[in-house]
Amino acid sequence: MNLGINLGVNPWAAAAMIGAIVVTSTAGEVLTAAAMKSIGDLDEIRAHSGLKGAIRAVVTCPLFFCGVGFLALAFFSLLFALNHMSLGLVAPASASLTVVTNTVAGKFFLHENVDRRRWTAAALICVGVYFLAH
Amino acid sequence: MSQAKLTARQWLILGLVAVCAPLGDACLSHGMSRLPAISLAHPATLIAAVFTPWVAGGIALLICFFASYLTALSWADLTFVLPATAFGNMIVEVLARFFQHEAVSPERWFGVILITIGVGYVAQGPSLTERPPACAPEAARHKAAIREAAIEEEQVQ
Repeated sequence: MNLGINLGVNPWAAAAMIGAIVVTSTAGEVLTAAAMKSIGDLDEIRAHSGLKGAIRAVVTCPLFFCGVGFLALAFFSLLFALNHMSLGLVAPASASLTVVTNTVAGKFFLHENVDRRRWTAAALICVGVYFLAH
Repeated sequence: MSQAKLTARQWLILGLVAVCAPLGDACLSHGMSRLPAISLAHPATLIAAVFTPWVAGGIALLICFFASYLTALSWADLTFVLPATAFGNMIVEVLARFFQHEAVSPERWFGVILITIGVGYVAQGPSLTERPPACAPEAARHKAAIREAAIEEEQVQ
């Protein structure tokens, strides 16, 4: 695989590092989103029982901790990748691919309405990542 | 599905989501690039990196991001909140160019613009899928209390 760019590392290693960030952050974000949806509007909870009540509502949800665990893995994957590649490549590439994988996960795991417009948007993002790598 | 209208405060939270993440990433990158190369054979050095000033500052910003992100996820769909984080790509490129002095080619700028258009396209969909609270009894109690108060208010009127 020759992308014609100077990654600073083996291209397969770069792909693996970005892939690890994408997979772990997608799992984390989907689990966290599911947890927050099951809890309800934090602003409403905070208005009725204060900040402590809002924090209690979050920390008593097991799904939230599963999500945080995966997000922690994603964070250390990001730290590792930033130590080997530039921010201008790692951050947009991982963030953009995460949007695509989140769209897929949103449809199948969160049962969100992912219509043709959203799939088109996902394709636009993929092309954007291709140009970003150049 | 419903298209909830956001308040000024909710837009402010989405703004924090967009700004704190790229600023945090920039601080992390600045801090990590100053450290010697870390290998998988010595994972403890990755933990030690967390306590360096730039990385710690980046973590503080990312904590702000996470708090805003959780709040946003409590009243909007994941596919509605993500565009705010993707808008941060533009900020990252600007920071990479002017703060990190990295070379950002026109192709990369074009890629960022395409990504932002794509993400903005997603954002035009429904913002919220209503679901009954099932996880936290606290949240269920508060929602029930709000509904009862609204019914009582209607009966008084």
